Amino acid sequence: MSDFSLLTLLQHTLSNHRKWPKQWRSPAPKASYDVVIIGGGGHGLATAYYLAKNHGPLRIAVLEKGWIGGGNTGRNTTIIRSNYLWEASANLYDHALKLWANLSSELNYNVMFSPRGVMMLAHSIHDEQIFNRHIRANQLLGIDNEWLTPQEAKQFCPVLDIDQNRRYPIRGAALQRRGGVARHDAVAWGYARAADRLGVDIIQNCEVIDIEKGTDGAVRAVETNRGRIESERIGAVAAGNTSVIMGMAGLRIPLETYPLQALVSEPVKPIFPCVVMSNTVHAYISQSSKGELVIGASTDQYVSYSQTGGLHIASHALEAVNEMFPMFRRLRMLRSWGGRVDVTVDRSPIIGKTPVPGLFVNCGWGTGGFKATPGSGHVFAATIANDEPHHLAAPFALSRFVSGAFIDEAAAAAVSH
Amino acid sequence: MLLITCPYCEESRPELEFHYEGEAHIARPLNPTTVSDEEWAEFLYVRSNSRGPHRERWRHLHGCGRFFNAIRDTRTDKFIITYRQGEFPEHEIVEETPK
Ligand SMILES: Cc1cc2nc3c(=O)[nH]c(=O)nc-3n(C[C@H](O)[C@H](O)[C@H](O)COP(=O)(O)OP(=O)(O)OC[C@H]3O[C@@H](n4cnc5c(N)ncnc54)[C@H](O)[C@@H]3O)c2cc1C
Ligand SMILES: [Zn+2]
Repeated sequence: MSDFSLLTLLQHTLSNHRKWPKQWRSPAPKASYDVVIIGGGGHGLATAYYLAKNHGPLRIAVLEKGWIGGGNTGRNTTIIRSNYLWEASANLYDHALKLWANLSSELNYNVMFSPRGVMMLAHSIHDEQIFNRHIRANQLLGIDNEWLTPQEAKQFCPVLDIDQNRRYPIRGAALQRRGGVARHDAVAWGYARAADRLGVDIIQNCEVIDIEKGTDGAVRAVETNRGRIESERIGAVAAGNTSVIMGMAGLRIPLETYPLQALVSEPVKPIFPCVVMSNTVHAYISQSSKGELVIGASTDQYVSYSQTGGLHIASHALEAVNEMFPMFRRLRMLRSWGGRVDVTVDRSPIIGKTPVPGLFVNCGWGTGGFKATPGSGHVFAATIANDEPHHLAAPFALSRFVSGAFIDEAAAAAVSH
Repeated sequence: MLLITCPYCEESRPELEFHYEGEAHIARPLNPTTVSDEEWAEFLYVRSNSRGPHRERWRHLHGCGRFFNAIRDTRTDKFIITYRQGEFPEHEIVEETPK
């Protein structure tokens, strides 16, 4: 398959864009692979891509029960930033952010990464204090995050109302200029296409229903609805379904699955230049390139795999957005949907080995893993290839729940993104 | 929004009256001093997170205020049964067979 370029675009214009080839093959599963990745979301596809690119030659398959990117990857509000509080997370997310910067050319696929700035609004003295703590912590690590006065915030995002007599006055904001958004589907497709070109088999409609272990206790194969596939290295990257997959190998993990919803409005002309988040009012909002406002809600309170959350959760998000931006009151919402987010107690992911030899896990990204997609795939690929955690992944091992070495971003974030 | 039957009030009320309290029937270790780190982790953090029937606690926070238990199918969010504390209605936990 040829590269995308201005030339190929012009060529295909001549044939009315009817002759574009398939972007990746649809191979039948082989009897065995060196590495099997369970889950064709962004993280699983990125893992396969970096395995093939950096650690090959390896025979790799990605098994996806539905269609690639149909899980949380294709359902998220695409906010990308790296200004997390703790060193371990800030380093991991910033590793991802650096990969985002060059991802379109790396994959030869336009993932529409748009570093338009992510702004977090401070409405109280407590917000001011905690954001400034974040800013200092980030600056010590060389990660950009800066404090804006209300006037500076308004200059950056003119639709903000900085009247100090409002119910939730904007007392300032933390801004990460390198943060932004990307096109979620394109991330899945771009990684799929690039991985396929390196020989990775991407197998859709292929659900893993069991994991087989040998007498030595190590993994030997997966059973799928399309037959048995042998592999001595299996990486589970299945987000909200990870507990089920770990259960197939006889493992229980510290994870719970919750619904998380988002909505988009009817498209309007460009009005919203950056991403704005408010923890206090609990809303986050940006505008897609199509013009829709993209609005994220919070998780429901109960464990669920239904991918449907309560209506009161979605309407609460709209109330919050309207509180901040009354001008959006008359906008109609086009669509709303839910994902299945995999949440840990410290709101940090689990990346690494499991007690079952040959079985690796990458999960727990919860409400905020899209931004980590390239970095997550990159460090997880190295972890699988070397049978040893990548140094950025090491703090995120499953063992932290026993040792107590948590990376507590739960209190630090308090808003789903 | 879920409709939940409180087994004390014996009424179906909207979810807004209730607070979810996590997985049910997780007993605190009786003798904490002899419990290993692994056992603490299991008690504190590891959850079954079942895809299918799930035993869980709820509290009728804005009603009678009492805690009770339920079995709810997490694939459909439908309640199979709600029951009072101290009870343990048998229910065959049928695993989902995706085949
Ligand atoms: C509404 C919403 C808003 C969000 N907003 C943001 C945001 O603004 N910023 C951010 O950074 N993150 C956000 N997130 C979180 C983010 O979407 C996820 O953390 C991230 O996309 C997870 O990617 P993944 O590849 O691990 O999971 P997924 O994309 O869910 O992929 C997992 C795949 O595994 C497959 N699978 C499961 N079981 C099996 C099986 N047995 N066999 C084969 N395949 C299987 C599933 O079908 C699925 O495709 C949001 C999530 C939601 C739901
Ligand atoms: Zn009651």
